[in-house]
Amino acid sequence: MSLVAEYLSWPFLIAGSFFLLVGAIGVLRMPDFFTRLHPAGLVDTLGAGFIVVGLMCEAGFSQTSLKLLLIPVFLFFTTPTANHAVSHAALADGVKPWTRQKENDSS
Amino acid sequence: MYGGRKLAHTFGLFSVLFGVWLILSGFFTPFFLVMGVGCSVFAIFLAMRMEVIDHEAYPFHLTGSLLAYLPWLFWQVVLSNIDVARKILHPRLPISPVLTWVPAGQKSDLVTVIHANSITLTPGTVATAVEHGRIQVHCLTPENLAELEAGVLDRRVTALESGHQ
Repeated sequence: MSLVAEYLSWPFLIAGSFFLLVGAIGVLRMPDFFTRLHPAGLVDTLGAGFIVVGLMCEAGFSQTSLKLLLIPVFLFFTTPTANHAVSHAALADGVKPWTRQKENDSS
Repeated sequence: MYGGRKLAHTFGLFSVLFGVWLILSGFFTPFFLVMGVGCSVFAIFLAMRMEVIDHEAYPFHLTGSLLAYLPWLFWQVVLSNIDVARKILHPRLPISPVLTWVPAGQKSDLVTVIHANSITLTPGTVATAVEHGRIQVHCLTPENLAELEAGVLDRRVTALESGHQ
């Protein structure tokens, strides 16, 4: 049973790592502040989610899994709040969102 | 009536606080259990002094409809994650961001915030400002915006509200 759970955890951990990596690449590739928020969302949702599920498979039915379950629960409330605070502050400070149109005009 | 509801919220808050204490402590000896009750009661005392024990801070009345809503939201998050991941890895980076307002038909502040948070949790769309009746969103592509403007999420969240009012 525990062996099955251990093998089961690997697909989840690999999927989580994939989304973390893609999120990081996205943050580097995106052209401006607002578009960078979107790949960061990848890291917060499926990246962290898959990693926690994978770790829960490793931990089995124990107190550790319950503690792990608390992580996504807190992330679920804090991530949108932080994201909203940051983007709202940027807008209030007058950061102009990048658009495809502007790039075409200048080139 | 109002007092009874307040009591229910206080009791709900106590259950959540003590539950989290049990999960994090893992010791079931009398000493730790009494400590847990003491800490929960003290936290409730602080919350009462701050006057934050109400239906907005602890929306237990939404539990039933949230149980139906959250799996759907989760699936939307998975779908848009794959969509955004594909755009990031695409060699030509096929994005064309837009910043605009979408309507939010929710009456109560709490459910409007759930709407805005759902938008932000879904990669490809971020809620940047919330006003009465509308939400400002930043979308990675016009398709993301069209999806929001189709109003499926808006209707789903509004349904949460009608469940209890």
